[in-house]
Amino acid sequence: MNAPNTSGWRPAMGEAGSGESALITASGDRGLALEEKLIFELGRPGTCGVDMAEPVGDVLPGLSRFLRKAPAPLPGLSEPETVRHYTRLSRQNYAIDLGPFPLGSCTMKHNPRLNEKVARLSGFADLHPLQPGQTVSGALEVISELADWLITLTGMHSVAMTPKAGAHGELCGLLCIKAAIEARGEDRGVILVPESAHGTNPATAAFAGFSVENIPATADGRVDLGALTARLGPDVAGVMITNPNTCGLFERDMKAISDAVHAVGGYVYCDGANFNAIVGKVRPGDLGIDAMHINLHKTFSTPHGGGGPGSGPVVLSAALSPFGPLPYAARAADGSVHLVEEEDAAAMGHSQSFGRMAAFHGQFGMFTRALTYILSHGADGLARVAEDAVLNANYVLRSLEDVLSAPFGKAGPCMHEALFSDDGLPDDFTTLDIAKGLIDEGFHPMTVYFPLVVHGAMLIEPTETESKDGLDRFITSMRSLAARARNADPSLKSAPHLAPRRRLDETQAARKPVLTWREGS
Amino acid sequence: MRYLPLTPAERADMLGVIGVDSVDALFEDVPAAARLDGPIAGLPMHASEMAVERHMSSLAAKNLSAGAAPFFLGAGAYRHHIPASVDHLIQRGEFLTAYTPYQPEIAQGTLQVLFEFQTQVARLLGTDIANASMYDGSTGCWEAIAMAGRITRRCRAVVSGGLHPHYTAVAHTMAKFTGDVIATRLPQLSATPDDAEVIAAIDGETSCVVVQYPDVLGRIPDLAAIAEAAHAAGALLIAVVTEPVALGLIEAPGHLGADIVVGEGQSLGVGLQFGGPYLGLFGCNEKFVRQMPGRLCGQTVDAEGRRGFVLTLSTREQHIRREKATSNICTNSGLCALAFSIHMTLLGGEGLAKLARINHDVARRTADALAAIPGVTVLGDAYVNEFTVVLPRDARTVVRELADRGILGGVSLGRLYPHAEALSHGLLVCASETTTDEDIAALAAALSEVLEGQVLEGVPA
Repeated sequence: MNAPNTSGWRPAMGEAGSGESALITASGDRGLALEEKLIFELGRPGTCGVDMAEPVGDVLPGLSRFLRKAPAPLPGLSEPETVRHYTRLSRQNYAIDLGPFPLGSCTMKHNPRLNEKVARLSGFADLHPLQPGQTVSGALEVISELADWLITLTGMHSVAMTPKAGAHGELCGLLCIKAAIEARGEDRGVILVPESAHGTNPATAAFAGFSVENIPATADGRVDLGALTARLGPDVAGVMITNPNTCGLFERDMKAISDAVHAVGGYVYCDGANFNAIVGKVRPGDLGIDAMHINLHKTFSTPHGGGGPGSGPVVLSAALSPFGPLPYAARAADGSVHLVEEEDAAAMGHSQSFGRMAAFHGQFGMFTRALTYILSHGADGLARVAEDAVLNANYVLRSLEDVLSAPFGKAGPCMHEALFSDDGLPDDFTTLDIAKGLIDEGFHPMTVYFPLVVHGAMLIEPTETESKDGLDRFITSMRSLAARARNADPSLKSAPHLAPRRRLDETQAARKPVLTWREGS
Repeated sequence: MRYLPLTPAERADMLGVIGVDSVDALFEDVPAAARLDGPIAGLPMHASEMAVERHMSSLAAKNLSAGAAPFFLGAGAYRHHIPASVDHLIQRGEFLTAYTPYQPEIAQGTLQVLFEFQTQVARLLGTDIANASMYDGSTGCWEAIAMAGRITRRCRAVVSGGLHPHYTAVAHTMAKFTGDVIATRLPQLSATPDDAEVIAAIDGETSCVVVQYPDVLGRIPDLAAIAEAAHAAGALLIAVVTEPVALGLIEAPGHLGADIVVGEGQSLGVGLQFGGPYLGLFGCNEKFVRQMPGRLCGQTVDAEGRRGFVLTLSTREQHIRREKATSNICTNSGLCALAFSIHMTLLGGEGLAKLARINHDVARRTADALAAIPGVTVLGDAYVNEFTVVLPRDARTVVRELADRGILGGVSLGRLYPHAEALSHGLLVCASETTTDEDIAALAAALSEVLEGQVLEGVPA
């Protein structure tokens, strides 16, 4: 998660570096702190790291008028240079493999390596999506088996497996709602979204052609049921609610909200980004949800990979199931699994589908990983996942609330993430300073300035795969940073000092965008 | 449970710090009526690594993998040799287990990769700039149509019949909800693509013309001529490339007048994976940058004046703009972009040209072998590594009968266009550097056997 830098910070150009940077090296590298040029500065035309036979035939005469005048101007590298380039670059990244990554709402948990091994079995990795059904029965079973788990864990009626990521899943859910309303011959154009929602929620609703109206939050950080009910009417297509919400709190009135929305003919979309807090503890289907995406890269630990790929299957209620996208895997009475595409959608009773939302059958490579993760945990382990995630978050909340302001700390326990604000920090010191200070401490910062309902928000999600020792080290660092801010330590204002880069000038990047490398730049 | 580090004693200590008696007390906000009081019935309990691997391996073993058979499928997903170093490098934990690079001081590895990726993609597509990747080619194609609508303030897209039918279907799905008009047609089993029909369909309301290059049947449209007609009407040309290896041989769309070029990047570095995850390539003219969807990485300096990279122009994006964003997309396809970029770095521009030539050689040999079978006709005389053959009967059954003989012989047009009888005898055949002479001989022999005694009569017009 990210939100705008509202601190007004600008880089202090030419500021003296920290003491240990006084030594100048000829290479620019500093011990194991390695700088790395761009491939365009390293590579040479004509170099190739792949051995190939010489082409033997002629080009088809009919193709001659289409030929490229010159090869694409892309430098090549030999294999050793390539391995070194990317290995050196990798060392400039923080990662969950290196330490806690407490980004609230993003759910950075350990990525089991068995998942990677299984996804690379040639019987999964080397399958073409359009192979004849008789050659991919095991792959279709994977889709079906994962679908069964997702339906059972959520208590829903069906699941659309094709959405490519969480936001794509939101779109899928809203398209189902829109199709269902059209099938009733109605015209409803409004989607209600709480103030604390992820930015993708209003963006998705607008992209699907709805107008978006905000619903205020109560003083205890939850949806204002009274305000919501007052706004409901025949123009409302539905609501989009995150539960647990982005303040890390469970929406206690969820069932009442669903009942009220259903009573006026609307549908309830739940943003399932935080399902990891309740998996195995409560089923969204029991709370009246009509559609919810599940970020497989969050709850079921498929790797984030530096920003994707994600995967966002959407569980659907009985009311919305007829409208879900094509294709989907259906299990026959004999146990065999069959892919329902445009050809037999009508025969399978799915003629009301809103259509296809991506080529092929979804993020299959993520399905193998998520199913492996789910089978490893089982029904008992998944409930333990939610319990430990919530336990770890509450431990952080109670270990820091005496040094940082916790706006909802008095109201009771949090779910999987602990929310703090910048109230009580000296005027000059901001959430951003604490975040950048964490970098010098060897941690990835928490989510900052989100949710927007809290001033200078710091949203900390430790996840269940963090050990108590890891949490205690993080807590010690956070307490130290809070003390440095209280003591107005000027070095905190210019943190980080010890990372591969100091604060970067984002204003210059946006004012005169340099998006590709050019000779001499 | 091997992935959960807390011990029972630590859990008890932590509950003490929190000041509650049990973990259940932390779930007090969940209404008691909805709270589950134990593991969900009917589901298995946790399992060892060995047991899970055994189960998953048994499912994998039920499939016929592409590498285990003579293999000739394309149609939007391509099988190429992926150098061993690609998969090794993307499994570096610092890449695999990093998040979106929102904290640039400790994400320069990912950010520099994205900057290099954007440059590689722009140079490959022949565009000024490119973004940090989309979900895949099909979703990127719709995003390009939506972007053209924002730029031209028009809402009618003219779509060639040569666009992959899944891509067209995605555009139809989205257009139903946005009110855009998608003017399209079915492809014809002809030697040349539908350039003339596309040009004739352009009018003063047209926001963009969408043309696949090479098209779904393997033919090469004349992008320059279509670009001229589109621009004369105030419309943009969107070129769609599903097989980037082809751009090693044929001219880059951006050099032929395309304003936006989108592509499926899977064929370099990513692998087939039964359809995903893949990655969308998205390049365009620099003047459209603020209308572009998706993440962008830009160059800047840090507080000590050193070169560095950041995500930039995020005022287009959902987390800032909310309902006014250019797109609702949050993630890109970062790890797939890394794989693409590494493979491209290993190849270089000249290596890609050579790879494309080799693919073309193999495809020509395959086409020659199939053309020698009585009743089989190869469509067209200009293709790169994928072409259409017309069979004497429905290609869907032929594909299944080939599979019964252990051969993955191509994609039937009936699979792609189930309700278009006129296309049902078409078979899309793709060859690559991974295809051996033995594979070609096996396909030709099996196809002869399957078709034995059949002649070309009765092909629907």
